[in-house]
Amino acid sequence: MSLGLGVAQLAAPDTVRRISGVDDSSTSRAVVPLVGARELVHAAGLLTSRRKNVWTWTRVVGDAVDLASLGVAIARRGGRRRRRLLGVTGAVLGITVLDVLTAVQATRAKERGSVPAVRGTHKGGPMELTATTTVRKPPSEVYAFWRDLGNLPTFMAHLQEVRTTGDRTSHWAATAPFGKNVEWDAEIVDEVTGEKIAWRSARNADVPNAGTVWFVPAPDGASTEVHVVLTYDIPGGAVGKAVARYFGEEPHQQLDDDLRRLKQVLETGEVVRSDGAPWGKRARKEFPQRPAQPLSDAEIEKGADA
Amino acid sequence: MRANTWAGRNKVKVRDVPDPKILNNRDAIVKITSTAICGSDLHLVDGYVPTMEDGDIMGHEFMGEVIEVGSGVAADKLRVGDRVVVPFPIACGGCGACAAELYSCCENSNPNAGIAEKMFGHPVAGIFGYSHLTGGFAGGQAQYARVPFADVGPLKIESDLSDEQVLFLSDILPTGYMGAEMCDIQSTDVVSVWGAGPVGQFAMDSARVLGAAKVIAIDKEPYRLQMAERAGHTTINFDEVDVRSRLLELTGGRGPDKCIDAVGMEASHGAAHIHAYDRIKQAVRSETERPHALRQAIMSCRSGGIVSVIGVYGGFLDKFPAGAWMNRSLTLRTGQCHVQRYMKPLLQRIERGEIDPTRVITHRLPLDEAERGFDIFKNKQDHCEKVVLKP
Repeated sequence: MSLGLGVAQLAAPDTVRRISGVDDSSTSRAVVPLVGARELVHAAGLLTSRRKNVWTWTRVVGDAVDLASLGVAIARRGGRRRRRLLGVTGAVLGITVLDVLTAVQATRAKERGSVPAVRGTHKGGPMELTATTTVRKPPSEVYAFWRDLGNLPTFMAHLQEVRTTGDRTSHWAATAPFGKNVEWDAEIVDEVTGEKIAWRSARNADVPNAGTVWFVPAPDGASTEVHVVLTYDIPGGAVGKAVARYFGEEPHQQLDDDLRRLKQVLETGEVVRSDGAPWGKRARKEFPQRPAQPLSDAEIEKGADA
Repeated sequence: MRANTWAGRNKVKVRDVPDPKILNNRDAIVKITSTAICGSDLHLVDGYVPTMEDGDIMGHEFMGEVIEVGSGVAADKLRVGDRVVVPFPIACGGCGACAAELYSCCENSNPNAGIAEKMFGHPVAGIFGYSHLTGGFAGGQAQYARVPFADVGPLKIESDLSDEQVLFLSDILPTGYMGAEMCDIQSTDVVSVWGAGPVGQFAMDSARVLGAAKVIAIDKEPYRLQMAERAGHTTINFDEVDVRSRLLELTGGRGPDKCIDAVGMEASHGAAHIHAYDRIKQAVRSETERPHALRQAIMSCRSGGIVSVIGVYGGFLDKFPAGAWMNRSLTLRTGQCHVQRYMKPLLQRIERGEIDPTRVITHRLPLDEAERGFDIFKNKQDHCEKVVLKP
């Protein structure tokens, strides 16, 4: 709507002025296109920004300004012009009510939409992540690759090392922000060969976590559906904050990307690298990327942490 | 090495950049002998495809000589010294899409799949020199290129065909051919092709090779229409006549049996008001396309016909004639070309003399003049149809 109003006010300001009853003043000659330009700014903001709620509130502020200027205009006019102005004011009031409702809704949606477990980490609480992919290898092979827990760091971005310490026990190390490492012991608590592995961290872990992965034959008879569920009990306080950082804004996206790399490793032999994202699994963030041109020797020397 | 790079909207720049290196075991490094500027490069230069970075090496049509292979490339597949044409989509050969010969939908070759997924729902293959949405791979308008999955994509040229005869196997020839193949052409078919650029020309030639009764070219540039005419195709200049009326005239009122959109997201239009509508919507980014050719193809196609789309679209369009599509039993088929599928059979057609890819080349420039090449190609100066660059 901003778009339509804005274009109309810019393209045919005189018509808009006549319809709204302010065609007698020279001030309106300047004000109408300005209001039009402002409407386009809202439109552009709403259409391009991810923060729809903020942009909707800017519309509400704009509406308030419109109502104020219409009020001034009404006070100064009489007769047909005043009647037209009252009509337009009614319409703008209606739009304002709509905008307020939309803005309130967008703000609420934004609050709901963010991953609450991560946003709310200062309070702590469980966070469950699920992801799935299809790998063009038989379930026995995909299972065997995963069951050799030492393979997990080849595709999971956060994991530095998983060391097997017993038949069902293992020691995990992950990188965390500020150069800290998080380590914990884990135990396989349930397992069906070729079908399922479930594990859980030992009791003294800083960040208690558990996971299950199912290997389900895909309908094509050649592939395996890999279904993963991970649960993290994110603590409050400073550790919780560090963990939240470590997961970033999009923990689901990160798990999806981990599974994409699992698929790459199993189907092509390694994690695929491009010039824009040359560091394989260490390229955690998709933005910002480096330009798609070969690395210089100096860049290679510095490595992914540069 | 020298390479042509993106330098912001409507700007390319030939710069010195580092030489490519092997990053994955199945990579090869190719010393480029010929490369080309493609119509879809213009969507990148114009800024309509998002996720370009200053310094990205452009170009996805190239060929050359293998000078290094990674440890994962079997010697029976590719060796140092082989002369190869490199297909633009990067395909792993091991995923479900590759198994179904849908190479441009390869599930593994795009390291930025997460970005592509947001834009397209599911990710697409990595493409050389074609934004970070398609992987952030350095392109081939350069002296050297790194070619991932070199054991899957590149086609060895073992005969003495010239570079110019085989270079377009990398993209525009298979793309035009796939446009015609998707039409499921019968000997009674009239096939109409929107766009007489290089891909459109090859779609026309392919339609004829596949047995169409008549091929009609639609464009507004007289020199492009003349090029189509010289190849034996009927032409319509949309700046001079109403396209739909003329098509009905040429087909006894039925409309073309098969329609190919070889234009894509930056179509121009004979009618100023519709063009202005699309331009404004595109300018404020409320739709990414100017889908005029597609609309016209759907509205003109005979009932029960096939509309085949090989013009590049990037995001979202509106005023799509869904009513015509549904009520008149039209089939809409499309795809980025699965080049790997077509390279060998098309090489044979070139060897047999059925298709002459060199007929679209109008300009040959050294790589260092890539900026000028883009300028004359984009602005259709000097009757420019296709530019080949020599590194």
